[in-house]
Amino acid sequence: MNQTPANLLEIRDLKKTFSIATGLFSRQLTLTALADINFNVRQGETLGIVGESGCGKSTLGRCILQLISPDEGQVLWLGQDLTRVPAEEMRKRRADLQIIFQDPLASLNPRMTVGEIIEDPLRTLRPEMNKTERRARVVRIMESVGLLPEMINRYPHEFSGGQAQRIGIARALITEPKLIVCDEPVSALDVSIQAQILNLLAELKDEFGLTLIFISHNLSVVRHVSDRILVLYLGRIVELATGDEIYEDPKHPYTTALLTAVPIPDPKLARQRNIDALKGEIPSPINPPSGCTFRTRCRHAQPQCAETRPPLETLENGRLVACIRWREIEAEKAALAEA
Amino acid sequence: MAGLTQKDEVLTRYAEKLSTLKAPKGRSLTDDAIRRMLANKAAMVSLFVLAAIVLFAFVGPYFVPWGYSEVDWASIRKPPDFEAGHFFGTDHNGRDLLARTMFGTQMSLIVALVATTVSVVIGIAYGAIAGYFGGRVDAVMMRIVDMLYALPYILFVIILVVIFGRNPILLFVGIGAIEWLTMARIVRGQTLTLKEKEFVEAARAGGAKPWTIIFRHIVPNLTGPVVIYATLTIPEIIIVESFLSYLGLGIQEPQTSLGTLISTGAPVAEVTPWMLIYPGIILVSLLFCLTYVGDGLRDALDPKDR
Amino acid sequence: MSDYVLSIQDLSVTFALHDTEVQAVREMNFDLRAGETLAVVGESGSGKSQAFLGIMGLLAKNGRATGKAMLGDVNLLGMAPSRLDAYRGKDIAMIFQDPMTSLNPSLKVKTQLSEVLVKHRGFDTRKAEMTTIEMLERVGIPEPAKRANAYPHEMSGGMRQRVMIAMALLCQPKILIADEPTTALDVTVQAQMLDLFKTLTEDFGTSLVMITHDLGVVAGVADRMMVMYGGRAVEKGKVDDLFYDPRHPYTLGLLHSTPHIAHRAARLDPIQGLPPSLEHLPKGCSFNPRCAFCFDRCLEERPPLTPLGDEREKACFFEGPLQSKKVA
Repeated sequence: MNQTPANLLEIRDLKKTFSIATGLFSRQLTLTALADINFNVRQGETLGIVGESGCGKSTLGRCILQLISPDEGQVLWLGQDLTRVPAEEMRKRRADLQIIFQDPLASLNPRMTVGEIIEDPLRTLRPEMNKTERRARVVRIMESVGLLPEMINRYPHEFSGGQAQRIGIARALITEPKLIVCDEPVSALDVSIQAQILNLLAELKDEFGLTLIFISHNLSVVRHVSDRILVLYLGRIVELATGDEIYEDPKHPYTTALLTAVPIPDPKLARQRNIDALKGEIPSPINPPSGCTFRTRCRHAQPQCAETRPPLETLENGRLVACIRWREIEAEKAALAEA
Repeated sequence: MAGLTQKDEVLTRYAEKLSTLKAPKGRSLTDDAIRRMLANKAAMVSLFVLAAIVLFAFVGPYFVPWGYSEVDWASIRKPPDFEAGHFFGTDHNGRDLLARTMFGTQMSLIVALVATTVSVVIGIAYGAIAGYFGGRVDAVMMRIVDMLYALPYILFVIILVVIFGRNPILLFVGIGAIEWLTMARIVRGQTLTLKEKEFVEAARAGGAKPWTIIFRHIVPNLTGPVVIYATLTIPEIIIVESFLSYLGLGIQEPQTSLGTLISTGAPVAEVTPWMLIYPGIILVSLLFCLTYVGDGLRDALDPKDR
Repeated sequence: MSDYVLSIQDLSVTFALHDTEVQAVREMNFDLRAGETLAVVGESGSGKSQAFLGIMGLLAKNGRATGKAMLGDVNLLGMAPSRLDAYRGKDIAMIFQDPMTSLNPSLKVKTQLSEVLVKHRGFDTRKAEMTTIEMLERVGIPEPAKRANAYPHEMSGGMRQRVMIAMALLCQPKILIADEPTTALDVTVQAQMLDLFKTLTEDFGTSLVMITHDLGVVAGVADRMMVMYGGRAVEKGKVDDLFYDPRHPYTLGLLHSTPHIAHRAARLDPIQGLPPSLEHLPKGCSFNPRCAFCFDRCLEERPPLTPLGDEREKACFFEGPLQSKKVA
């Protein structure tokens, strides 16, 4: 097949910092939330973004949608740089780029009915529609996400977490977007409801031809939904590969550590595992280690890892790795396996 | 690829479905608050008493034989005398105290209502704008508030009186102009919190303009603190009005207010106690009830229910 | 019977609401052995946390626990709080999900920990502080002497959780109850924490009750498990048995709802419907509206917990193994 799907979204050299004032004398500290972010999102795929506290995944999601303005870099949507687009123009683009939030109840205005919440984006972005047209679409969408249309006049607090999340999904879908950023959409839900929502997202993706960016700290969930996975650590890309590649052949030591740490719902496998838990804690993003930020916890760290920041290397198939020693580590593993 | 705009036929079907839909009204937060309020006995009793006082003030005068400025030369400084129709007694000018108390209560209530409305309207608009836009806009706006706060309000009112003369309307505006400052601060604080909430972010993600966000999403969620604060400052407003009137800056003879009645009655309380007692009872009841109602509203509107 | 450190019999927890009563836990029975790790699994509303708050005497004011919680010969339920204090912290300790709210932000770490030792083991301040520092080191806190002088908000989430564990273990309790202790932690920190639990329970011989909704955590840590739904235990037994041969449809549903990193299934097989409202439980088996194996009897009668041999029990009328599509 000579047709790789087009790149819907291209992120180039994205950087975002926050200033933090501390103490009485207000020393300005800079927190680097994201740096050197370079990747593409292909039409029709689900790109998973995974990482732990301080990795910047939520910030990245919001930078893509311009809900936060990045300090540097480009966000190319269908070739157009959203960071340079004037506010009014960006507003119109929002019909194509939507978001689903983590906390279902907090993301719904408690004083609006479900119908009003779902039709809100239509009111703003499709002013040519009249009320009946809007409401008809609301009913249609409610059925698609598994909500009874009879609930259209109810208020958010009358719903459970899972149902509230469906309302959020309906709101994100109503403008027929091309891309939806899902920011930890199931993390606040019970396990059985999580599974329902994950299935729903998969169905809706097929039905509406969506491209999804799925952000989560839960690697099992990300692996389940994603075609490709982007791994972040302290605001930088560590690895980008397909789900299978990540699981079967991780190249970055952090990815390996994450995989080892993920709990597996299978007692026999869990026992066989060599849980060599990662030592130490995630460093503060205000004062990250020099060179490779992961080196303080990496068992393969060498002196040169403190000197140079590892560049993001592109491998075949669009795979990315940011580690200067990954080939050596792979060779060591292979040698051990043969021994 | 199917999407929502397949054919209009599909949508027409949904539009029809919509018109035949039996969708029961949900239980809004306001409904919940009303329910909680109704269950609060102290607050309900207070509301009832408040309603009684309002009736007393506005409907009462039609049932009383004397007008508030009518002089009864036969009864000057007389204690309550049912035969002469002076149920509360008369004051030092021979005017019926009951009528004057009713009128005074009217004035106090009107001042409170107008001043509160002025402060709420200005305060919400000002505070929400400052809070939502933040940055320099917020800094400038709030510094202005700080400066106005620092002005001694008596001075301000005196200046107004000097310019515009003695005018009850001025009183309303003057007090409202002072009270809005605190309301603006409260609204700004609430806005700062609300601004960070996910549903506001969701509105931005839905393409809403800042003004839409402020008036459709933020202001409706401000009602709790605003209502509570407004109710709890009405007593304050009544007292401020009394003070100003006492200083001769507000309501002048023959009109009167509760505050004026009390300030006239207090010095002569030993000799003619009824001049202090009756207006005093009304004022104290009013303040008590408003406080209980305010408390009740706070409990009812407190979103920490769940 | 006497090699059980904790024996719970017919434990029920009821809450008085403004016009009704709600039962959060209904007739729970289980026994805990010395040194074992028992996982209590359930979702919101299953009653898993309330049961143990009840045992520890930590229920909200409108809550009431009935039944028996036998710690040796002593029944912890119905005991006056002053008497309960002698056991709480000393023989049976509990740690919670959010360490920030469990630690006093205005006291230094070493003060809070020493307090426990002074109270329960009668140490003098000097000895208490030294023991505290040793314990902090034991739980893997680097530079323990320095950290002991810090305040809780100066530490990271993982660090605080370790402090909680240290505090709980200071008196070397026989039983440690951990209520979702790792849910709020990053996954790499969680792995460290679970490792720590394993080591400590081995070293001290403590029995651990791990309350969680995460089956991955259960598989990694527990010996036996108990699945709760609608306030009742619906299946109990050894972890291997329940994972590879679940006999209650809810257990099966939970297993199928959990994504497994090793395989990427096209669709998960979720349990349809919503968790039950505790105020209006369905007639018969509370799981029947969502159960794929439901038949007539399930709608009328509530299935009792029946033994299946080898320490297994299940509360379901369906006989035989359930058709599990895949687990491993």
